[in-house]
Amino acid sequence: MAEYRLTTPLSDEDIMKLKAGDTVYLSGVLYTARDAAHMRMVKALEEGKELPFDVKGQVIYYVGPSPARPGKPIGSAGPTTSYRMNPFAPKLIALGQKGMIGKGKMSDEVKEACAKYKACYFASIGGAAAVVGSSVKKAEIIAYPELGPEAVRKLEVENMPLFVCFDSYGNDLYEMAKKEWANKL
Amino acid sequence: MSEIRNVSVKDVEEAIYKLALDAAYHIPEDVLEAEKKAYEKEKSEVAKKVLETIFQNIEVSSKEEFPLCQDTGLGVIFMEVGQDVHFVDGYVVDAINNGVERAYKDGYLRKSSCNPLTRENYGNNLPAIVHTFVVPGDKVRLIFDAKGGGSESMSKVQMMKPADGREGIVKTVVDWMIQAGPNPCPPTIVGVGIGADFERCAVMAKHATLRKVGEPSPDPVLADMEQEILTKINNSGVGPAGLGGLTTALAVHIEMEPCHIATLPLAINTACHVNRHKEIEL
Repeated sequence: MAEYRLTTPLSDEDIMKLKAGDTVYLSGVLYTARDAAHMRMVKALEEGKELPFDVKGQVIYYVGPSPARPGKPIGSAGPTTSYRMNPFAPKLIALGQKGMIGKGKMSDEVKEACAKYKACYFASIGGAAAVVGSSVKKAEIIAYPELGPEAVRKLEVENMPLFVCFDSYGNDLYEMAKKEWANKL
Repeated sequence: MSEIRNVSVKDVEEAIYKLALDAAYHIPEDVLEAEKKAYEKEKSEVAKKVLETIFQNIEVSSKEEFPLCQDTGLGVIFMEVGQDVHFVDGYVVDAINNGVERAYKDGYLRKSSCNPLTRENYGNNLPAIVHTFVVPGDKVRLIFDAKGGGSESMSKVQMMKPADGREGIVKTVVDWMIQAGPNPCPPTIVGVGIGADFERCAVMAKHATLRKVGEPSPDPVLADMEQEILTKINNSGVGPAGLGGLTTALAVHIEMEPCHIATLPLAINTACHVNRHKEIEL
């Protein structure tokens, strides 16, 4: 299990060196989107309209932060459960998105898209929201402000700790970890 | 005849306001204790790292600038009202909603209530979900449970067959929690309701998550089932955050009530590793 420090945007080369179980400290720009924003983005694509940001090389963080206190860029900002984005992720990966950050299982279709188009699903620790929130340097809403916590935000993060869950070779960290630790009591 | 005791709903509003803020920023002590014990027993290095991050998160949150989790939940209130209580100064459910709305605004907590179909966010986290029980006496006991969507989504009610019995219940709960895997933010507290009817077993399951963590059921038959289910869930290897380890659940709590001869209702409700709930008696 290797450790890498990466900065967004990510390239095919960045993705191809990552294996499920590796730790990544990610820096740079992330875009936030969850259920409602994904519904709108995919609808925009179907109608031939532009996305609020170019997904090429980018990493989308599945999060709906709590409100920022005065003087802070953001509130708590841990990952939300990713399977709700299963219907949308493969479409965005096909357009060049290089990663998603969330928690919990994603579908085989997402895993296959990661292998086919060279992308990774990064698992973050659900509930470690105050820790992540306090590490965000900058945050600005760039689309759908009426969605409140579900608006699309552009974040700047430094050394956000992540685990590679789906790599671009069809591996799944959650399944590997479960097998390794089953029946050990 | 017993004396009627007047309770001002303004006191209820103030109590809910304080409980909601406290729950969002400070983990219940029994939950933290259970996590510290789990840390001592863990053999997986990754699991230890995850638990250390959880402890760090609790520390950062206690300074009250960042809530424990960005999903500060819907406000679920269990209200036990003594039958000799008379509420004055307004309608008690309005007071509860006012307390929730003010706390979520003043405490910079996320507003998560929305229209189920359009998904429009109401922006005030209302309405609170209030379960009311009439009990003997002249006191009001309020439990505030900040229930997040991740763990709540990994819940279910299943109308089992009477022939499924104890074995069927154990298997259903274990399989369900293993299948849920990393989704409900393990290590979880698993609440189980057995019996009563369709909706009441669901309320029992949620209520069971609020029991002091790891305190066994007073019924030895249920206490034995709790232990068996817990061991089987923790033998799954799912582990903290689903990244592998010996601690997938901190505890299994079961509540049971009599049911109809033709039914065996079963409900499962999970609480994530912060299990935010606070209570007060007025």
